[in-house]
Amino acid sequence: MSQTVSINVTVNGKRYERQVEPRLLLSDFLRYELGLTGTHVGCEHGVCGTCTVLFDGQPVRSCLMFTPQANGHEIMTVEGLGTIEKLHPLQEAFWEAHGAQCGFCTPGMMMSVLPFLQENKNPTDEEIREVVAGNLCRCTGYQHIIDAVRLAAQKMSAGEQVGERR
Amino acid sequence: MKPAEFDYYAPASVEEALDLLAELGYDGKVLAGGQSLVPAMNFRMALPSALVDLNSIPELFYIKEEDGGLAIGAMTRDSQVEHSSLVADRAPMVVETMPYVAHPQIRNRGTFGGLMAHADPTAQIPAVAFALNARYLLRKKEAERWVTSEEFYIGPFTTAIEPDEILAEVVIPAAPERSGSSYQQVARQHGAQGLVGVASLVTLDESGRCQDARIVLTSVGETPVFAHQAVQSLLGELPTAEMIQAAAEMASTADIDPGSDIHCTVEYRRHLANVLTRRSLTAAFERAAGNAGRLI
Repeated sequence: MSQTVSINVTVNGKRYERQVEPRLLLSDFLRYELGLTGTHVGCEHGVCGTCTVLFDGQPVRSCLMFTPQANGHEIMTVEGLGTIEKLHPLQEAFWEAHGAQCGFCTPGMMMSVLPFLQENKNPTDEEIREVVAGNLCRCTGYQHIIDAVRLAAQKMSAGEQVGERR
Repeated sequence: MKPAEFDYYAPASVEEALDLLAELGYDGKVLAGGQSLVPAMNFRMALPSALVDLNSIPELFYIKEEDGGLAIGAMTRDSQVEHSSLVADRAPMVVETMPYVAHPQIRNRGTFGGLMAHADPTAQIPAVAFALNARYLLRKKEAERWVTSEEFYIGPFTTAIEPDEILAEVVIPAAPERSGSSYQQVARQHGAQGLVGVASLVTLDESGRCQDARIVLTSVGETPVFAHQAVQSLLGELPTAEMIQAAAEMASTADIDPGSDIHCTVEYRRHLANVLTRRSLTAAFERAAGNAGRLI
């Protein structure tokens, strides 16, 4: 039996305690240990971006971290955004602007974009392109994704102006 | 695409990390941001039997002013360096170059020290640090030493760091008055490795002649390559367009011995080295002339 490490990690606001092998990738931990399969796994070497999650609020590649490194830290995955009944404005925008085609890259796209939109209320297309440049999409040619992020920016800043976050 | 087994250590202090490395010897490997090491482990190109993770050592995360220049803790995230107003003021070439390094998600986790310690011969920041005359603090159990950029980079993915040492700090000294810098590169895609990159730091004397210059190219050799002959040709001269063009010729011919690969032929690399050296020097001299007393 190889070494195991006990970890205590908060994912989408919920605390988990687990015993894991050090080599378990954070992306696999989220999917197989916690059943949070919204985080997708593509290239497993940090290029495609579909496994992007928020680590202490910052987008990172979860396939480039070992699970023990998350000990004591906070993670947010796409499951932390909204629910089927009540989508997050970012999810609504991707739906309405057809920002997802096959949907494989979508969770990573949204986790890369979320902190950016929280800080930038009215981003330019140039800035949006820069933010999604680290996430590969093989279907849509990106145009609808740019549209979706632009729409999400409008929705998120409108929501804040009326004092609510849907 | 899953890493092989390894023993994992997460020391809470540098002392503890150095004790572990002394004990582990060649079996121990330092884990910094992991943005290059973890892919290599996922591919099983790297098979370390033990990892010493430096991410839980707060004393390695800092950016501070030192003698007018900068001292940067090795574990400082690339994105923190990129968005630091102190770095923008003291070493603007670092801030200007950082957006070329992969993508924000990678820079949020990748570390400044890791960029140097990994010593990828196509990396941008090692060339920039070399041009800025960076010094590197290597610590091991009960000893430490400083090495220069000339000594630090030994070969592809190979540095002066011994298995029982860590890179603890990178110091970028203050540039003299009437200095200017510029990094220029060509890459196939945004965030990709540069086909060629050129980092220049130049200093003018009071009469506007070139008093000192450091020109370092990346992706043209096994380490960042210092363009000695190009630098020699500029010293004591007025930085005219002709002098800059002559230096660019030297930097792209006599000073480098680049290879061909699937991305770029030797001829194209030399062409890029020529054009990019000219652009880098032109921008650096303009900045030096326009900003007496402040490094731009």
